[in-house]
Amino acid sequence: MFPRPIQKSSTAAQWIYTIALPVALLIWLFPLLGVALTSVRPASDLAQGNYFGMPSGIAWENYKFIFTQTPIGQYMINSLWVTIPTVIGAVGLSLMTGFALAVYGFRANLLVFFLFVAGNFVPFQILMVPVRDMTLNLGMYDTWYGLALFHIAFQTGFCTLFMRNFIKALPFELIEAARVEGVSEWRIFAYIVLPLMRPAIAALSVLVFTFIWNDFFWATVLTQGVDSQPITAGLSSLNGQWIAQWHLVSAGSILAALPPVVMFFLMQKHFIAGLTLGAVK
Amino acid sequence: MAEAAAKTAPRRWSQRSIAPWLFLAPGLIMFTIYVLWPIVESVTLSFYDWNGLYDRDGNFTGRFLGMGNYRELMTDPAFTVSLWNNLKWLVLYMLALPAGLFIAIFLNQTVRGIRIYKSLFFFPFVISQVVVGLIFSWFYAPNFGLFYKLIESITGQGVAVLADPTLVTYGIIAAGLWPQIAYVMILYLTGLNNVAPDQIEAARLDGAKGWRMLWYVVLPQLRPATFIAVIVTVIGALRSFDLVSIMTNGGPFGSSRVLSYYMFEMALGEYGFRMGYGAAIAVVLFAIMMVFISGFIWKMWRDERER
Repeated sequence: MFPRPIQKSSTAAQWIYTIALPVALLIWLFPLLGVALTSVRPASDLAQGNYFGMPSGIAWENYKFIFTQTPIGQYMINSLWVTIPTVIGAVGLSLMTGFALAVYGFRANLLVFFLFVAGNFVPFQILMVPVRDMTLNLGMYDTWYGLALFHIAFQTGFCTLFMRNFIKALPFELIEAARVEGVSEWRIFAYIVLPLMRPAIAALSVLVFTFIWNDFFWATVLTQGVDSQPITAGLSSLNGQWIAQWHLVSAGSILAALPPVVMFFLMQKHFIAGLTLGAVK
Repeated sequence: MAEAAAKTAPRRWSQRSIAPWLFLAPGLIMFTIYVLWPIVESVTLSFYDWNGLYDRDGNFTGRFLGMGNYRELMTDPAFTVSLWNNLKWLVLYMLALPAGLFIAIFLNQTVRGIRIYKSLFFFPFVISQVVVGLIFSWFYAPNFGLFYKLIESITGQGVAVLADPTLVTYGIIAAGLWPQIAYVMILYLTGLNNVAPDQIEAARLDGAKGWRMLWYVVLPQLRPATFIAVIVTVIGALRSFDLVSIMTNGGPFGSSRVLSYYMFEMALGEYGFRMGYGAAIAVVLFAIMMVFISGFIWKMWRDERER
């Protein structure tokens, strides 16, 4: 193991490590903690210049205010309307594309695979004008499904890479045996491969959920109004209205950050398995 | 009915040659419509002058310019600023690698509660860049921001990072590094987990430790993690749109623009709808990105060959 396990070091070093851990964490998360604290600080504290001292009370009314006086609740619902269909769509499509690319040795296999992989890395700006134009022409501008359709298509690239590598690692004899038995290709997919894909589906679902929930660029390009804007774009426009009202900006930020954070903590193992794909041989 | 047909024996072979395309069709069609084809369209559009509108009959109103947009880019000072800033992003973002490795090594112990520490260190990556941008705007805020106060207490004079044309880009990059370091850290933690223990022990018996151990024994084994870390860091640096948009809108005086943001400004921003010019900027960004994408594909292709 590298570095040498701390248990093998002197007692002094162990003590230092035990203290250094929480201190390092505190410094690392300092900006976040500051914002979390500001989100429950009464507006009067900020007015009096009490930015970092003890709050004079815990002001849950900041949260109450943004829920009742701004459409932040609507923005969060809009985010769910985009995020959940995208997760289902992208995972569903990539199960099939991944299966096709992992199991069949047709000629264009690698070419198609590399198209998915390369497409996944292109800068969003090269897609912006045509995608926006197409969405407008189809009458899907400023709707949740216009945004979700694009996300499904784009995320299919990354998801295909993941699914294909996952299926490649499964024992191929399973499929061979089924073929000898005369099982149809569709049934091999649905009854043999699919049940083994649960960990991959879980990993991709949390990842795609986080990516889409956090997306800001496409939310700005493809939506406009309160009725369809997701939380990221909504928070940005609220930020424009709340100039220097940091207790509100902070409360909004914490709310926007919460769903992916909860998702991450619930599904940590899957999340990290998804992100570190390829980091080990 | 369909199942009965599938059971007849002679279809077996043809089924296996058609099946992959049927499985691919929905995903590939969506991907072509929304990703592959728009790239072709954007490249075409970059040779036109177009305000994004159609005439009454629904015809495209663009005017062909040839290389006109690209010629204009060469003499556009805002484009030069954006390109330089992109370079700064690219170079400074690479700091995420040593920093992420350092934190990973720091956390790669088995003491009580270490798993919680690892997840909390990873936190910045999970939250939206919009939120990261707001957090750092607050951190840098003149007169009361924590960073401002800190500098003031050291030098007696606070610095309004986001209002200073020479500092602003570095301020935004620092904000971007926060989640990026967390990402690299998790890649290296996974990598360190898989370093062969016998090699470490053998090297230890030979008297290797500290830097030499890291450089000659551990890092070579972390190569796959390093490769992925470089790729995601380069992409993260070139995609830097959210932070610029949230923290400064490209200002002050356009000094924090990057290509991705300048493109958006030209095509959809307050400077009007110069779709063709925007597309030309996007093509330049795409070309830069393509260098790295090709490298990645080339390596994947080599790995596939080896199997």
